Amino acid sequence: MLLPLSWLKEYVDVDVTSEELQEKLFSCGFEVEEMKYLGKDVTNVFVGRIEKCEKHPDADRLTVCTLDFGDKGKRQICTAATNVFEGAKVPCALDGATVLKEGGVQKIKTGKLRGVLSEGMMCSGEELGITDDFYEGAEVNGILILDENERIGEDIRKVVGIDDYLFDIAVTANRPDCQSIYGLAREVAAVLKKELKPLETGYTTEKTEEKIPVEVKEKKLCPLYVGNLVKDVKIGKSPRLIRRRLALMGLRSVNNIVDITNYVLLEVGQPMHAFDRNFLRGDKIVVRCAEEGEKITTLDEKEFSLRQDNLLICDGERPVAIAGVMGGLNSEIKQETGEVFFEAACFARDSVRKTSRALGQRSDSSARFEKGVYEIFAFEGMSRALHLVQQLGCGTPTDFTAVAGAHGSAKDIPARKIRTTYQKINSVLGIEVPESETDKILRRLGFTVSFNKKKGELSVAVPPWREDVEDFPDLAEEVIRMYGYEHLRPTFLENAKVTRGGFSGEQKQENKLKNVLKGQGFSEACNYSFYSPKEFDLLRLGPDAPERQAIRILNPIGEDLSVLRTFLAPSMLADIVRNLRRGNADGKLFELANRYLARELPLVSRPEERRTLVLGLWGEGDFFDLKGAVEALAEAFDLKLRFEKGARPYLHPGVTADVLLGEKRVGYLGELHPMIAEELAIERKVYLGELDLSLLSGKFSRDIVFRNLPKFESVTRDLAFVAEEKVTCAEAEACILRASKAVKSAELFDVYRDKKLGADKKSMAFRLTFSPDEKAEKPLSPEAVEGFFEKIVHALEKELHAELR
Amino acid sequence: MEDTELIENEAQREAETAQDSHALYEIKMKFLGRTGKVTALLKNMREIEADKRPAFGKRVNDLRESLERKFALLEEKLKKRELERRLAAEEIDVTVPGRRFKPGALHPVTRVRDKLVDLFAGIGFEVFEGPEIEDQYYNFTALNTPEDHPARDMQDTFYLSNGFLLRTQTSAGQIRVMESRKPPIKIVSPGRVFRSDDDATHSPMFHQMEGLVVDRGITLCDLSGMLDEFARAMFTKETKTRLRPSYFPFTEPSVEVDVSCFSCGGKGCPLCKGTGWIEVLGAGMVNRKVLKNCGIDPDEYSGFAFGLGLERIAMLKYGINNIKLLTENDVRFLAQFKD
Repeated sequence: MLLPLSWLKEYVDVDVTSEELQEKLFSCGFEVEEMKYLGKDVTNVFVGRIEKCEKHPDADRLTVCTLDFGDKGKRQICTAATNVFEGAKVPCALDGATVLKEGGVQKIKTGKLRGVLSEGMMCSGEELGITDDFYEGAEVNGILILDENERIGEDIRKVVGIDDYLFDIAVTANRPDCQSIYGLAREVAAVLKKELKPLETGYTTEKTEEKIPVEVKEKKLCPLYVGNLVKDVKIGKSPRLIRRRLALMGLRSVNNIVDITNYVLLEVGQPMHAFDRNFLRGDKIVVRCAEEGEKITTLDEKEFSLRQDNLLICDGERPVAIAGVMGGLNSEIKQETGEVFFEAACFARDSVRKTSRALGQRSDSSARFEKGVYEIFAFEGMSRALHLVQQLGCGTPTDFTAVAGAHGSAKDIPARKIRTTYQKINSVLGIEVPESETDKILRRLGFTVSFNKKKGELSVAVPPWREDVEDFPDLAEEVIRMYGYEHLRPTFLENAKVTRGGFSGEQKQENKLKNVLKGQGFSEACNYSFYSPKEFDLLRLGPDAPERQAIRILNPIGEDLSVLRTFLAPSMLADIVRNLRRGNADGKLFELANRYLARELPLVSRPEERRTLVLGLWGEGDFFDLKGAVEALAEAFDLKLRFEKGARPYLHPGVTADVLLGEKRVGYLGELHPMIAEELAIERKVYLGELDLSLLSGKFSRDIVFRNLPKFESVTRDLAFVAEEKVTCAEAEACILRASKAVKSAELFDVYRDKKLGADKKSMAFRLTFSPDEKAEKPLSPEAVEGFFEKIVHALEKELHAELR
Repeated sequence: MEDTELIENEAQREAETAQDSHALYEIKMKFLGRTGKVTALLKNMREIEADKRPAFGKRVNDLRESLERKFALLEEKLKKRELERRLAAEEIDVTVPGRRFKPGALHPVTRVRDKLVDLFAGIGFEVFEGPEIEDQYYNFTALNTPEDHPARDMQDTFYLSNGFLLRTQTSAGQIRVMESRKPPIKIVSPGRVFRSDDDATHSPMFHQMEGLVVDRGITLCDLSGMLDEFARAMFTKETKTRLRPSYFPFTEPSVEVDVSCFSCGGKGCPLCKGTGWIEVLGAGMVNRKVLKNCGIDPDEYSGFAFGLGLERIAMLKYGINNIKLLTENDVRFLAQFKD
């Protein structure tokens, strides 16, 4: 909300500097986002009177003028402007002055123009940064000719209305009452402990027999409609004060009647509309919802086709305005308008918002309605508008007032009463605010306070513009924001009970998992929870792939961020591609995040959020480095994971493993499919893996049970055999372990292929570790080990057709 | 010449040709081993006349002793030479880089989260993580946001269906905790939140951490004291906080919290835009209606809540100047957050 200091001063006697005012506003909840002194770039410019105009001796297009600046003396100024004349009063920049030029600032210095001394520059309105609304004539081509009665030698900023501060104030959503000059003035008065001057709303009426009844069909969408008829309207220009104020707030002056509606919107916070009475057919106003496809052309000459949830203001025959958004072209105020029907209404904010969004039509009025307009504003706004009509002499208010709503006038709006105690208010704050201070603060803000000593009860009547204040904590906030937060005495939970804090068991496991991966050289990534459905195509997922059953965001920012992740690999792949394009030739990343699985689409029940780990590795390292990381996790959490050959459409068919826990598939690992790598122009190998932690986490927590160390040492023997190519490491290992209980582990340490071994054959070398039984009384004898070894060789021959090398 | 003399000379000659201790050993065995030449002499004892035997025996023994001494001396010399050679051969260039293993790093947001949890856990706050997909009730209604309130619009929400949405604030988790537990309650709730906002300074997904205390006699002064503790732990010991009025539907009174600029100490610098203060979080006393919505008697209990953006804190703390860096996952960026 913009607030010009000059306008504020009409209601509050501000006796602090603008910087102090900014501080004060900030302290009571109104952050000044920007404070601008309007005359900052116009300095050393004064009103001068042209005494003499002569032709320049050496330049036809230049005029040499002598100007009088009163007690500042006289100056000779050359100008190329053609609208100057003897006796004219003009703004003139003297030596050392600054004025505006094409969006920048220019310095003015004494110099010579074609040999003739020029001690400054006469200024146009543009050079002062003003329009006709600030000062009539500012937009003419040439020098701004000032009124004859301006005092010579006066600082031009005072003359043209730019000796002013403009505050841009952030108003929180609970304070629609402060979306207006008068509302902010009330806060300023309270925080400066000054009197708030009343808003002038008095006017007299002339009797009329005419009636324009108002019928509201949608009382929920339009809880109040106030209408008034104004006769003898004389459309014309608004006085300078109104035009200037509108201009300060960024609005252009249209004509006196339209300007009054805008002025009231800014000052009181009530959007108003003025209809040309002659174009209202059927002598009535009906507030109803549009019929599907009904059309209206708004003041800005745009035609809209409406829907049933758009609220309309209609006359006896047709729509004349989109409620709260914009008036219709058909009843626009024109130069010849003789009678005006003023509207001040309350429309439901979500209705205005939805209509305004759906139609793509915004206005100052709709913006204001979206923030919330209370009944009191409509009554006050109408009175203020009629007061201004009379003050400006641009029409005669009549005694016809149409009010459609729960309350007939501002006086009838019941005040909300809060019954509380000083102690309750203080209990929220934790400090003792003196009772008299509490009273004063609340009264300054318009609350009525009475204290019943017998009952110890404080009764506070809430003013009608403070619908946000409902209970004693709200009063506590009013008190502390005016009393000052610096009065709070920081305490450290003096009354609270001791509680046990920290991560839950499951969260601790997650933290441990992250740290294990960190130790394996993986860095933690963080990706958005949504991506593009195109990822499914990139990763070659079939039309029925479960990953495609993704939840769509109804209002995504764009297609690229439109579906919730059903698996995490696409995000990880995107990270890897980004890294490679930036020249990061190798790396390891992981992300621990939820994927979202719909139980049905479209959604009916809450979707499942599955904690999932995704791993990515590129450049240096291969499948077994990735697998090693997963095995390190298994080791850290004491999980018995198994790996089986697997398949995923986006992975290399020969380099893909499923990860199993027992018989349950809990994830996969593999190399990115070379076709996809080629499509992405990736030259380095990329490995991806995913583990569903929700399937693992139940198995995470374990109690450590100590086992006695073996009494006798283990014996290791190496075993190499030739087997067919198709025999996997896992099969051979299982066969060895089955063959003898004394083998505690069998680890593959070498695979060797050679023509001499035969086609489709390979040699596998395992290191076997034999240990005696825990209860054994003696170590394993070489003979016993030899016996186990024989059994194993026999089993390999029989089951896998392997031959000892 | 006596045979012992011959042997001695032969042994001496051969021993001197040995290039290493192994060769020397072979030679030693040739003479002194079980089947060596010196041993053979003794075996021939029987063939020597009895009266000459003692003298012969002594000669052979002298020979053995003499040879053993010689071999020992030579061995020592050879071993020494061998060791010298080995040490020379094994010399390495110690300036060659070691076999390094690069550990990974946790995401800066995780680091900030863990630091905060560490602080609050010490004061008795449990960590609670609510769902990321919420419904209107938990995200808005229970938090006292009326149907038509601009607050529902204030935070542009991603809707998934009529009922479900991506939570816009971790405050939604407050309700779940208060519904399921009785005071005293102290929780922090970190997690992902989502808003339909994507520009130079906003991401559609970011992390918040909500804090909530509900107990008897909790006041705004307690909130103020807690925030002071937070500011000192997160930034510097000298960091101060400042409260100013704000608005959130679920707290009343509501405050915006600024910390004194830890970069300039409050004098004014580019980081704090010359104001000496940096806005870090929103907070307030839990609205009585919210307590009531969760079945907690507001006349018996009161509480405070605060919510902060983890990305914002991370950016302030580490001097990260672009929020997008936090989701680009460039390994050069992440590597900077190693322990």
